[in-house]
Amino acid sequence: MSSNEWPLWEVFIRSKQGLNHKHVGSLRAPDAAMALQNARDVYTRRSEGVSIWVMQSALITASDPKESGPMFEPADSKVYRHPTFYDLPDGIEHM
Amino acid sequence: METRTIEQLSENFQQKIDADIKIEPNDWMPDNYRKALIRQISQHAHSEIVGMLPEGNWITRAPSLRRKAVLLAKVQDEAGHGLYLYSATETLGISREETIDDLHEGKVKYSSIFNYPTLTWADMGAVGWLVDGAAIMNQVALCRTSYGPYARAMVKICKEESFHQRQGYEIMTSLMNGTEVQKAMAQDALNRFWWPALMMFGPSDAESKHTEQSMRWRIKRYTNDELRQSFVDATVPQAELIGLTIPDPKLRWNEERGHYDFGDIDWDEFWQVVGGNGPCNKERIEARVKAKEEGAWVREAALAFASKSKSRQN
Ligand SMILES: [Fe+2]
Ligand SMILES: [Fe+2]
Repeated sequence: MSSNEWPLWEVFIRSKQGLNHKHVGSLRAPDAAMALQNARDVYTRRSEGVSIWVMQSALITASDPKESGPMFEPADSKVYRHPTFYDLPDGIEHM
Repeated sequence: METRTIEQLSENFQQKIDADIKIEPNDWMPDNYRKALIRQISQHAHSEIVGMLPEGNWITRAPSLRRKAVLLAKVQDEAGHGLYLYSATETLGISREETIDDLHEGKVKYSSIFNYPTLTWADMGAVGWLVDGAAIMNQVALCRTSYGPYARAMVKICKEESFHQRQGYEIMTSLMNGTEVQKAMAQDALNRFWWPALMMFGPSDAESKHTEQSMRWRIKRYTNDELRQSFVDATVPQAELIGLTIPDPKLRWNEERGHYDFGDIDWDEFWQVVGGNGPCNKERIEARVKAKEEGAWVREAALAFASKSKSRQN
């Protein structure tokens, strides 16, 4: 049954010049050209974008939510990466 | 890695829900939560798609180019809503085709309102004003639903819905500013759609078997009766303003409650229509099956073209 289904694509849209492309959703399409066409019709009917990326969902490698503890823990323990970690003498207001 | 028992996972899951932390596709979730969501989101998706039929019926007969462009844009939006929701359903591990086949085989329902025919142009007014109005009540609440992809789809849908109700109310307003015949046509449309619109919120809380669990999982944020009451409270003044009469002799403002009291819903009719015996149930499903079957060769050709172009590139 699903062998005949069009592949799934993830859609990323730049809403205006100067901003990055942001994931907005997905759709099914037979190829990249149709995916772009469909993304325009499905996700930018109200001028939500100036540029679209589409990418086959199957090509994405995602982190595993079950492993998110060990995956992101290294950052949690490094408070010295934030400016608020440091003591500044009185008299310095902006640094 | 520590292995956690189902109980621990379930407890952790409910804690996230209680803290309004969204559940995302790859997160652990109870099987019943997944099943309930598949049922609810696919039912919602089917309603958007089947909902295109009664309005599509009037596109070629819209009374002006302006009305035609508006109706076309609205119906196209509904197609988009169906697509966002099918995508959200797919994140739960069921294929789109399976979801659609479930509709065609009658295993999954869509909103019973779309089983009523649209007999006159005024019905386009009544549908936009009342049916989209009722849908918006429901959808605004669902923007805060616990499942991430569903909530995000709802936010986008709500943004787009806002013109749907207005264009319907505008049609009703124009008719009510028109001739006696036009006024009568608007009133007749309201008479036919009022009660089915109230039924859109589903069975009363006492009868609704899923409500309690759905509220706990936050895949529902208000009960059917709460939403129905909000809809009546919001809609009655809109009807009065343009001179329409709500077809309910028991309707009156209840000062004490701060809400309108309204008459009893004909639940026999509701269950008849839900059960497949509404005026248009058969026609609606036939139209969907026909679209799938007659479009099959196009989908296959597009796939064949895609693989051929790919092999030429290599
Ligand atoms: Fe919609
Ligand atoms: Fe709508």
